[in-house]
Amino acid sequence: MKLTADAIVIGGGLVASAVAYGLTRLGLKPVMLDEGDVAYRASRGNFALVWTQSKGPGVPEYQQWSRLSSDKWSELAAELQSETGVDCGHRRNGGIHVCLSEDELAKRTQVVEQLRAEAPPGRYRAQMISRAEMLKLLPAFGPDVVGGAYCPDDGTVNPLFSLRALQRAFSARGGRYFCDSRVSSIAAAPRAFTVETASRSISAPRLVLAAGLGNKPLGEQVGLNVPVRPVRGQIIVTERLKPVLEYPTTYIRQTVEGGILIGESREEAGFDDTLNHTVSQTLAARAIRTFPFLKQVGVVRTWAGLRVMSPDVYPIYEQSSAYPGAFVCTCHSGVTLGAAHAFEYAKAVVDGHLPEKLGRFSSRRFDVQARH
Amino acid sequence: MFKRVIEFEGPVLGVVINGRECSVPASFTAAAAMLASEDGATRETPISGAPRAPYCMMGVCFECLLEIDGVPNQQGCLVPVAAGMRINRQRGARTV
Repeated sequence: MKLTADAIVIGGGLVASAVAYGLTRLGLKPVMLDEGDVAYRASRGNFALVWTQSKGPGVPEYQQWSRLSSDKWSELAAELQSETGVDCGHRRNGGIHVCLSEDELAKRTQVVEQLRAEAPPGRYRAQMISRAEMLKLLPAFGPDVVGGAYCPDDGTVNPLFSLRALQRAFSARGGRYFCDSRVSSIAAAPRAFTVETASRSISAPRLVLAAGLGNKPLGEQVGLNVPVRPVRGQIIVTERLKPVLEYPTTYIRQTVEGGILIGESREEAGFDDTLNHTVSQTLAARAIRTFPFLKQVGVVRTWAGLRVMSPDVYPIYEQSSAYPGAFVCTCHSGVTLGAAHAFEYAKAVVDGHLPEKLGRFSSRRFDVQARH
Repeated sequence: MFKRVIEFEGPVLGVVINGRECSVPASFTAAAAMLASEDGATRETPISGAPRAPYCMMGVCFECLLEIDGVPNQQGCLVPVAAGMRINRQRGARTV
């Protein structure tokens, strides 16, 4: 079947759905192509923080981009709720980073002070706080907690409801979502793209690659260098409890539904998304040191997900110079950056050029010529 | 709550369901014992307190949460009964 559209977005996760929804807000009727449940689905395996306090030491553009998105998440959640009736579960009470040793505390203090120095005056609002102040926020902290950082701008969402809301709003505004639509090839010319799937051939003047780890091979077809690799992370979820953790911490939080999520691991494991239970043990042990009550609490599930990681951890935002009209949007923080992608990245795609503030995220930074 | 379509002939044992002593087939799970009791409901939801009964009976749905021998939030369909087991309705979310 042959179709035409205003834009083609390849990907079906939070990054793709945010950009695709953003395009519909600007009046476009895009097509979104979701590979299907064979994809790695980072959007369904993540920890779902909307986080700013640790973002981008040494890269102020990233700190500002993360904060912009965090600032706009409330607006996005409200808009999606009014358009779809789906509550993204966005909460912005502030978030805590926990330190379990003096060494961790010293390192975190350095990060916080660097980020403050690199932000416009008054914009970076995290503070190091003492153990006594930590206990005032969350009395459940255990004796090993020596202190930490608190940032009032941080929060969380429910990533599954957020994905649902974005896709439903996208469809309601005239976008077309196709599942089980793995892209087999892309024929590219400047501002003219034809994308083939098993059952469709779709043409559009704009193309957005937002397919997570799939962006690397897709990028090669449209002159974009997207050197992303998988970095495995594991999450443990416990039985549901009465509200006990009012604030999220970087690695442990209670969901709106009551389960406690525990997630703090990074492993280079290629495309293996199975669990490593040595890691699960480390996660559980550290979680119990942080909140001793967890020792009594049952685990109901554990899973692993694959982060979409660039060589320097920052997003890759680029328009193809060989085939203008083709963009890539990829990052490992699809939740935090959701609002920035919906409101700002989509606008750049419609405008036909990326704003200067996103220049830092061009993949040209990975070229040998860019290195010293 | 439910009528049995077959009568069990194997061994039985005594459990305490919501404070009442009952005799149940030894091959039952705690959730099955609950279904066979007069009450039937296993838990009350954390939000509205509405009663819920086991649904999938295979460890997936979490509707059969019970307090078993003092431990809350147990998946009753995964726990075989034992003599003297105290099985109570799970009332709302667990508190820690």
